[in-house]
Amino acid sequence: MYAQMVKSTGEGVRSLDEMDPQERAFQERIDANGKIEPKDWMPDGYRKTLIRQIGQHAHSEIVGQLPEGNWITRAPTLERKAILLAKVQDEAGHGLYLYCAAETLGVTRDQMTRDLLSGKMKYSSIFNYPTITWADMGAVGWLVDGAAIMNQVPLQRTSYGPYARAMVRICKEESFHQRQGFDIMMKMAKGTPEQKRMAQDALNRFWYPSLMMFGPSDAESVHSAQSMAWKIKMNSNDELRQKFVDLTAPQADYLGLTIPDENLKWNEEKGGYDFSEPDWDEFFDVLKGNGPCSVERLEDRNRAWDEGRWVREAMLAHADKKRAAKLAAE
Amino acid sequence: MSSPESSAYKATEAAPHDAVRRTEWPLYEIFIRGQHGLSHRHVGSLHAPDAERAMQNARDVYTRRKEGVSIWVVEASKITASSPDDKGHMYDPADDKVYRHPTFFDIPEEVGTM
Repeated sequence: MYAQMVKSTGEGVRSLDEMDPQERAFQERIDANGKIEPKDWMPDGYRKTLIRQIGQHAHSEIVGQLPEGNWITRAPTLERKAILLAKVQDEAGHGLYLYCAAETLGVTRDQMTRDLLSGKMKYSSIFNYPTITWADMGAVGWLVDGAAIMNQVPLQRTSYGPYARAMVRICKEESFHQRQGFDIMMKMAKGTPEQKRMAQDALNRFWYPSLMMFGPSDAESVHSAQSMAWKIKMNSNDELRQKFVDLTAPQADYLGLTIPDENLKWNEEKGGYDFSEPDWDEFFDVLKGNGPCSVERLEDRNRAWDEGRWVREAMLAHADKKRAAKLAAE
Repeated sequence: MSSPESSAYKATEAAPHDAVRRTEWPLYEIFIRGQHGLSHRHVGSLHAPDAERAMQNARDVYTRRKEGVSIWVVEASKITASSPDDKGHMYDPADDKVYRHPTFFDIPEEVGTM
C-alpha cells in the first residue's frame, strides 16, 4: 500500500495475561475500539511502528506528486490541466496531514524529511514507475488512487486518533482523484483507435504495479499480526487486493479494455475473481531502490529540498526581523 | 545555493555551526469555523515561519473545499493541555452531580412538555 512491508516489533502478539497492567489497559482500550491520543501511554513498539507507517505513507503522498507533476505542463486542455493541478495539490495536502499526525508521536518533520532524502525511509513502490503518456494520468487516478482507497477507508477506524482523523480528511478528497482518473480513461477508451491503444497500454503497464501496492501475502507475517492487534492495520494484504480486483475488473469491462491477465476469471464459488500474482521479485527489487525511476525520484526530492533552502531561511529571517521591529515599537 | 558557510542569517540551518541553529519552522495548530455557525474546531497543524504565513498555509492546506469561513492559528508551544494522567481527578467531581442533567427530575406527565 502507500505503506508497504512496515516492520512491527517482530515479536508476535502477546496475550493480555502476558502484559503488565499499563499495557493491558492500553490493549483493552484498543479492543473496545477506543482511540489512543498523543499524550496517552503507549508501548514503544506501537509508537515506532506508527512513525514508520505514517511516515512512509506521508512520503508516498509527497513523492507521488512527481509522476503526475510530469504532465501538468502538457495536459491536453486547460481544464484537464487545472484539474490535474488541483489533484496534485491535494496530494501535497495529504502528505502534510500525515506528517502532522506522525509528529504527534515525537518525530520531527525535518527528521522524517532527512530520512526520506537519504533513502532510509521508503515510499510506495508504485511511484518508481514512469508516466510516459497522458493515458497514464488516467491509469494512475483510476488504479493507483483506487488501490489506495481500499486501504485508506478502513484506516479511518485505526486506533491512533491523529492518524484516523487524517484518514477521514484524505478519504473525503480521494474519491475526486479516482473519478478524475476514470474520466480520463473513459475519454480515451471511447476516443480514436490511437487513444484507445494508449489507454490499453497504460492499463497494461500499471496493472501489476497496482496489485503490488498491497504488498505480498502477509497471512503468516508476525509484523502484520501485531499491527492488526494494535488496529493500525485493518485488513490483510490479500483481502484488500482481492477487493480491488473484484471492483476494478468490471470497470475495465465497461471501458472496453482488457486487464493483462489470462487467468483473470470470475470464480462463482468464492464470489470473487481469480487472478495472477504480480512478479514479487520485481517488487522487492523496486523496494531496494532499483525501480525504473527510483534514482530520479530521490534526486528530484533532494534537489527541491536543497534549492528551497534559501527560501526557508529567508522566510525565517524575515519573520525574525518583523518580530524584532514589533518588539521595538512596543 | 546557500551552503553552511554562506548564509548571512543567524539561527538558521546554514548558520555557523557554533551559533544557535534553528532548523525547522515553528508548529501552529489550526482551528476553523465552518459555514454553519458552529465554533472553531481544531483541524490539524502545520509549520510556518510566523502567524501570517501560518494563516496563508492554513488556507491552502485546510480550506481547499470551502471548509470554513474563519481561521485561527495558534503556535503549538503556547497551548497548555490537560494531561491524560489527570483524567481521574479532573473529571471525577462531575460523577456525583447527576442532578445537573434534566433527566434527574421526574416531572408528572400531566404537566406536559418541559
